[in-house]
Amino acid sequence: MLDLINVSYDTQIPNNVGLSQDKKVLKALEKWHPGYINWWNDLIPQNFQESLVYLRTAVSVDPKGWAKFDYVKMPEYRWGVLLAPQVENRTIPCGEHYGQPAWQEVPGEYRNLLKRLIVIQGDTEPASVEQQRLLALTAPSLYDMRNLFQVNVEEGRHLWAMVYLLHKYFGRDGREEADDLLRRQSGSEEAPRMLGAFNEETPDWLSFFMFTYFTDRDGKMQLESLAQSGFDPLSRTCRFMLTEEAHHMFVGETGVGRTIERTCQVMKENGIDDPYDTGRIRDLGVIDLPLIQKKLNLHYTLSLDLFGQEVSTNAANAFNAGIKGRYMESRLSDDHQLQQDTYTVWDFEDGKAVQKQVPALTAINMRLRDDYTKDAAGGVGRWNKIIEKHGVDFELSLPHEAFHRKIGVFADKHFDPSGQPVSGAEYDAGLPKWLPTHADGDFIQSLMKPCYEPGQYARWIAPPKVGIDNRPGDFEYVKLHMA
Amino acid sequence: MTQRIDFQTDPSRYRHWRVAYDGEIANLYMDVDEQGGLFPGYELKLNSYDLGVDIELADIVQRMRFEHPEVKVVVLQSGKDRVFCAGANIRMLGGASHAHKVNFCKFTNETRNTFEAAEADSGQKYIAAVKGACAGGGYELALACNYIMLTNDSSSSVALPEVPLLAVLPGTGGLTRVTDKRKVRRDLADVFCSVEEGVRGQRAVDWRLVDEIAPNSKFDEVVQERAREFASASAKPSGLTGIALTPLDRRFAEDGSVTYSTVEVVVEREAGRATLTISGPTDAAPDTVDALQAQGAEAWILRAARELDDAILHLRLNERQIGTLVIQTQGDGAAVLAHEALLLNNRDHWLANEILQYWKRVLKRVDMTSRSLVAIVEHGSCFAGPLAELLWAVDRSYMMLEEFEGDNRPLAAITLSPGNFGTYPMGNDLTRLATRFLGTPEAVEAARARIGEALEAEEAEELGLVTYVLDDIDWEDEVRVFLEERASFSPDAMTGMEANLRFAGPETMETRIFGRLTAWQNWIFQRPNAVGPDGALQRYGTGVRGDYDMERV
Repeated sequence: MLDLINVSYDTQIPNNVGLSQDKKVLKALEKWHPGYINWWNDLIPQNFQESLVYLRTAVSVDPKGWAKFDYVKMPEYRWGVLLAPQVENRTIPCGEHYGQPAWQEVPGEYRNLLKRLIVIQGDTEPASVEQQRLLALTAPSLYDMRNLFQVNVEEGRHLWAMVYLLHKYFGRDGREEADDLLRRQSGSEEAPRMLGAFNEETPDWLSFFMFTYFTDRDGKMQLESLAQSGFDPLSRTCRFMLTEEAHHMFVGETGVGRTIERTCQVMKENGIDDPYDTGRIRDLGVIDLPLIQKKLNLHYTLSLDLFGQEVSTNAANAFNAGIKGRYMESRLSDDHQLQQDTYTVWDFEDGKAVQKQVPALTAINMRLRDDYTKDAAGGVGRWNKIIEKHGVDFELSLPHEAFHRKIGVFADKHFDPSGQPVSGAEYDAGLPKWLPTHADGDFIQSLMKPCYEPGQYARWIAPPKVGIDNRPGDFEYVKLHMA
Repeated sequence: MTQRIDFQTDPSRYRHWRVAYDGEIANLYMDVDEQGGLFPGYELKLNSYDLGVDIELADIVQRMRFEHPEVKVVVLQSGKDRVFCAGANIRMLGGASHAHKVNFCKFTNETRNTFEAAEADSGQKYIAAVKGACAGGGYELALACNYIMLTNDSSSSVALPEVPLLAVLPGTGGLTRVTDKRKVRRDLADVFCSVEEGVRGQRAVDWRLVDEIAPNSKFDEVVQERAREFASASAKPSGLTGIALTPLDRRFAEDGSVTYSTVEVVVEREAGRATLTISGPTDAAPDTVDALQAQGAEAWILRAARELDDAILHLRLNERQIGTLVIQTQGDGAAVLAHEALLLNNRDHWLANEILQYWKRVLKRVDMTSRSLVAIVEHGSCFAGPLAELLWAVDRSYMMLEEFEGDNRPLAAITLSPGNFGTYPMGNDLTRLATRFLGTPEAVEAARARIGEALEAEEAEELGLVTYVLDDIDWEDEVRVFLEERASFSPDAMTGMEANLRFAGPETMETRIFGRLTAWQNWIFQRPNAVGPDGALQRYGTGVRGDYDMERV
C-alpha cells in the first residue's frame, strides 16, 4: 500500500507543476488523496488490487518519452499531475477576447463558467471506472484485462488532473467540488453522476469496447475543445490528457475490430455466408455482425446525446468567453468569433427531420458533434475493411442522428436508423432489429467467461496483431493475485 | 398582441400542471409543455414558465381552496427529471413588451402571495420538494412555499442567477423573501444572489435557503412523511367537502364591453375609460352556511368576487389603453350587508372563511391595479361592507348629494359593516380605513360607531369616507372635468403617483415586493443594460454577453 502519511509528492506523484513547492495545492491534495484511494479501493475487486499489472505510467510531458511501462499494483499507480509544455505567447483562440494573451489565472468574470466545465469533465472521468468495475471478472484475456486497467488508471489520472485545477485555481469552492467528485457515484441513487450516459453500467466486454470507441470519443472531443481554452492551465492539462485518450480509442477500435475479425473467421471456417444466419453463428460462440450493428446503434446514439441540445446557450457562452474552442480551433480559418456566422443543424418540423441555419455561436455543440461523427466514421470504415477482407457481405454504418435520441429535437420521437419517420407501431416492430434486445444481452453474457492464461483468448475475440509495448504474444500482462 | 388573454381555465384544459389528490395531501406536479407557450417564438424548456403557466397555477391554488378544502398540505414538485423549475422563460421575457413584462410579474407575484398565504388563511400549507435545478423564478416559486426541502444528491441546488446571468433582478419576490422571509444574512444573501450555480446541500440549510435536505434515495419518502406530519399537526378540521367553481357567466362584446352575471364592464376606448358596475344581490342571503354551501359558486357574494377579479385581470392585460377605471355599484346596501353578515358570523365555517379571504385578495388586486381608479357613488348604489372597501381602494370618489331631477332611485348612501374594520386588510396589513386615516385614528373610531347606518352624502363627507359630494347642479360637470383631466396626464406619472399615495403606513414583505422590488425591477426593465439591443436579456442565448454602460445611476 502507498504510505499515505509520508507521501513524497514529488517522487510519488510525477508532476511538472512544482508540486512540492506549492503549499496551497499540496495541502488540498493531501486532504483529498486518502478519499481518492478509498474510492479506488472500494471500487475494484480486491484480487485485482493485489495483482501486478503491466501499466503505462505518464512520467513527463516529453513527446519522445512521456511514459514508461512496468508492473504495478493499481493502488500504487503513480497518478501524476502533468500539463503540456507552455506555448510561448499563446493567445486566446476564440470568442470576444480573441487574440488577447491567454489567461494564466482564472478571470473573475468566468470563474463559475470555468469551474462548471471542469467539474462536468471531472465527473465523467471516475464515472467510467465505476461503470466498468466488474469487467475484469470476465476478461477475454490478460491482454484485454490489462487494457481495461490501463484505461481505468488513466481515467483516474484525468480525475487527478481536473482536481488539480480545482485545487489550484478555485479556492474553497474548488476543494468542495473536488470532494463531491468522489461523493457522486455512477448509477447511485444517492448521488448519481452528472450526465445520464455515465450512470448506465457497462455489462460486458463488447459494451466496453463500444463505450471506449464511441463514448470516450465524446470525451476526446470535449478535451479537444477544452484544449483550445483561453485559460492556459486548462488547455495544457487537456492537451496532455489527449495523448492518453488516444489509447482508449485504440482499445475500443481494436476490441470491436478483433470481435468482428473472429466472427468473420468462424463464419468462413464453417461455410456460413449469410451474416443474418444468426442462429448458426451464435451456436459457434461468436457474435453475429447484425448484433454488433445493434450495439453500435446503441452506443453511438447514447454518445450523441452527450453533446446536448442542438442549440445551446451554455456552449455559446463558453465559446464566446474563450473558455472552450472548436475542434482544432487554431487550424480553422474564419474570424474565430462567429458573431455573424450561421451553421446548419437538424430540427424537427411537421414530423420530419429538416436542416436549418442557426447562429453559429449557438450551434457550437452541433459543430463539435459533427466533427465527432466524422471522427467516429473512420473506425467504422476500418471495421468494414475487415469484413470485406473475409468476403462477408455486410456493412456496418452509423445510424442517422434522429434515431433513438433522448436529448435534443429528436428526443423520444420515432425514427428508424436511416432517419425516416415511422409510426409508433413500426418503431416497436423495428426495435428488435435496431437495438440489442434482452435476449441479445443474454447471449453476449453467455460468452463472457474469463480467460486468464497468458497468450490465450476467449473464443469470441481474435488476438491482437501486436502486443502492448511490443511484448510477445504469450506475455503475462497481468500477474493475477488469486488469494 | 391581438389575442385576448383569458384568466379562466379549468383542470380539463391544463397543459402544464397535474394534481394528484391523496386525502389531506395534494401532490402538485409542474410539468410544463414546451410547446404550450402563450405566444409564439419560444419554447418552455426545463419547466420554465410564462403567463399561461401561471394562470393555470393560480387556478389550481384557487380550486385547492374552494374545491378541495380537505387538503391540508400541498407538495409542489417537478414532473420532470433533473429539473425543478428554471424560472420565467427568458426568451419570452426578451421578446415581451415592457407592459407585458410588468403585468406578467405582477400576476405571478399575486399568485405567489396567494399560495404563500394559504397556510394562514385556509390551513393549506404549501411545501416545495426540490429535485434538480431550481433557479430564478423556480426558486421564487419555492420561496413562496412555507417549507422547502432539497434533495442532497450533490448536484441539485437552489439559485437566483438573474443578476450574473441576465442583468435583471429576481423580481417575483426573490430578493425580498430571501431577506425578509427566510431571513438569510445579508452578506450571505449577497453571495447567493451573485453566483449562477447557486447553493446546494448542507450549506443551503446553513444559510437558511431551504429548511431541510434529505438523502436522494429517500427524498420522496421523507417528503411524503413530512407532508403527513404537517397534515396531522394542522388545526384545520378534517373531512371537509368542497364546492365546484363552475365556469363564469361571461360575454364579450365587439366594443370591448364585458357582461357578467353581476358585474358589467363598459369600455369607452376613445375616452380611455372603462366603467365597472357591480350589481348587488337580488336574492335574500342564505339563512345558514349549509344553504350557502348548497348555493356554492352561485352564491352572490362569491360570484361577485370571482367576476370582479376576472374583470380586473382582463382589463389589466387586454385593455392597456384604458387609463381610468370608474367603479360603480347598483343595488340594496342592506342586502349586501346581509350576505356579508352570514360570512362574518360564521368565520369558523370553511366556506364562509374562504369567501372572506377571497374578497381580501380581490380587493388587494384592485389596490395593485395601475390605473386611475375612481368610485362614483350614484343614487341607487350599494357601497356597503366589502363593496364599500372599493371606496377606499380607489384614488378618488364622488358621491351624489340630495335628490337629482328625474332620478327616483334611493338616495346614495354608504353602509359600513364590522368587516370594514379588519376583515379585508391591505398589503400593508392595515385596513383601508386605518390607512386612509393614518394621521387621525379617531376618524376610524368615529366611522366604527356608525356601523350599519345608511350614511348619506353629507354624513359620508363628514366622516371622510368620500372625496367629494356633489349635487345635481355640479355633478355632471365636475365628474366630467375630473375624468377628462385625468385622461390628459402622463400615464407613467399617474401610475407612479397613485402607487405611492395608495400605500401609506408600515412596510410589510408584501409592500416591499410590490413597491421596492418591483419598482427597481421595472426600472431595470427599461434600462439598456438589460433590454437594449446589446443588453443581457436581448443577448441571452446568443453566447454574446450584454454590453454594459458602466455608469452608476
